Amino acid sequence: MIGGLSLTYLRYELLRTFRNRRFFILSLVFPLVLYLLIAGSTRHENNLGGTGISAPLYFMVGMASWGTMTAMLSCGARIAAERSVGWNRQLRITPLSPRAYFRAKVLTGYAMALISLVVLYAAGLSLGVSLPANEWLKMTFLILVGLVPFAALGIALGHVLTPDSIGPALGGGVALLAFLGGTWFPITGGFFFHFGQYIPSWWLVQASHVALSGHSWPAKAWLVMGGWTVLLSALALRAYRRDTGRV
Amino acid sequence: MSEISLRGLVKTFKGPEGPIEAVRGVDVEINAGETLALLGPNGAGKSTTIDMLLGLLRPDAGSVSVFGRSPSDAVAAGAVGAMLQTGELIRDLTVRELISMMAALYPQPLPLSEVLELTGTGEFSEQRTQKLSGGQTQRVRAAVALVSNPELLVLDEPTVALDVEGRQAFWRTMREFAARGKTILLATHYLEEADAYADRAVLMAHGRVVADGPTNELKAMVGSRTIRATLPDVDLAALQALSGVSAADRRGEAIVLTCADSDATIRALLAAYPQARDIEINAAGLEQAFIALTGEQDAPATVTAAADAERTEAAR
Repeated sequence: MIGGLSLTYLRYELLRTFRNRRFFILSLVFPLVLYLLIAGSTRHENNLGGTGISAPLYFMVGMASWGTMTAMLSCGARIAAERSVGWNRQLRITPLSPRAYFRAKVLTGYAMALISLVVLYAAGLSLGVSLPANEWLKMTFLILVGLVPFAALGIALGHVLTPDSIGPALGGGVALLAFLGGTWFPITGGFFFHFGQYIPSWWLVQASHVALSGHSWPAKAWLVMGGWTVLLSALALRAYRRDTGRV
Repeated sequence: MSEISLRGLVKTFKGPEGPIEAVRGVDVEINAGETLALLGPNGAGKSTTIDMLLGLLRPDAGSVSVFGRSPSDAVAAGAVGAMLQTGELIRDLTVRELISMMAALYPQPLPLSEVLELTGTGEFSEQRTQKLSGGQTQRVRAAVALVSNPELLVLDEPTVALDVEGRQAFWRTMREFAARGKTILLATHYLEEADAYADRAVLMAHGRVVADGPTNELKAMVGSRTIRATLPDVDLAALQALSGVSAADRRGEAIVLTCADSDATIRALLAAYPQARDIEINAAGLEQAFIALTGEQDAPATVTAAADAERTEAAR
């Protein structure tokens, strides 16, 4: 019964997200336009920066990591907006459990992320990206797993920041994470190469490499992602628990 | 034994100039089926008390029991509905969808058609929530509070945003709901509202309960007037003895008499002291009445501090 109850809640959460046209379209259009600009001009490059990966594929996954990160973190923007009208207090005096609340937020973020992914895959195909079916699947799987810490980060930020401050925080945060993760150009050596491997966005971008070489993430990737997930989930839960006051 | 009890509640917030005691020892018992008004000026600690009743705030000391359960258990069981003081609606849903969404969270909600009818939201149920007027929004908020068919309904300053007509419609809805045997707690700073709709009122001032009783008795208590006059060199004790005076006070050359029966007092005053001049008679507002009830001269400052505390809390 409880599952049924929160399913209705989830359905309306999704409906609300897709009805917010400006938000919906903008969060899909920017990664797409950037991708077509960058990858369109380098579409014949087959070994980008010595990575062994063609430019359209490299940038497709890079932009996908950017678009899906944005989609997950925008959860936080919606939470901040709800808090500012006092809606989270209204929800807290219903039987909706924190678990069901988080689940609805995370699944809404994933729905946005999946749409973003599909749009960029379609753009990639149009620029000549071609992969065997199992590599598409493996890459998609790793990207989706790699988004878990970002879901937690979005929820944590949403319960701490105001709607005014969360826009710049997300914009700047995503740009920084994208840069460190090698979204816009490959990082193959030096300080950022070593540092980047401890950043979750790094491994989102690496999803294309491991798919191509036929391996999964190395143990280090799983450790880094697991560590961030645990840390950020704890922060999200703490932020949610503390956030009962009038905003 | 009462169904809802607040015992020894204390809540202190951190303020910019040290701790602010928003609630300092509140005891209230509420019986099932009763409509109780929590009456007090802004900053009296009403909203903080309600937040503790709903489990939104954890008291520093004291306990809350709602139908024999903790607030969070009562909320989880769907026994509590509330219209909080601050709050708007989330956007991008129609009124009908929003109420359905909330209904889906409860084990035994009222049928949607009944809620729409009861709250008068049916006529704009297909509109998006961001397109509603203030009065319509308030009606939808009432619907959100009622949809769970709660045993306890908490209304925190529910009519602040409403015009006269809206208020009447709102109270028709709530009377109808109360008639089903539901318990209602109404926080307000309108004495008239408490008098018209509640069986009993609890008066709060600067974080404490200062009076608790049937609304008509309280109305008589706080329905006093003050007489102010320039009248030097008269003994306060003599003024205190005048007919209808409940308190006498001196402010320099002026005297201030708090009166239960100002008509009797003004006649007695002029008969005894024809030299009294610059006479003003004012209806004592709730705040003055509370000060009279609590007898604390520093009360206004404390009330302001508590109001600041709520604002500080609000700004966090």
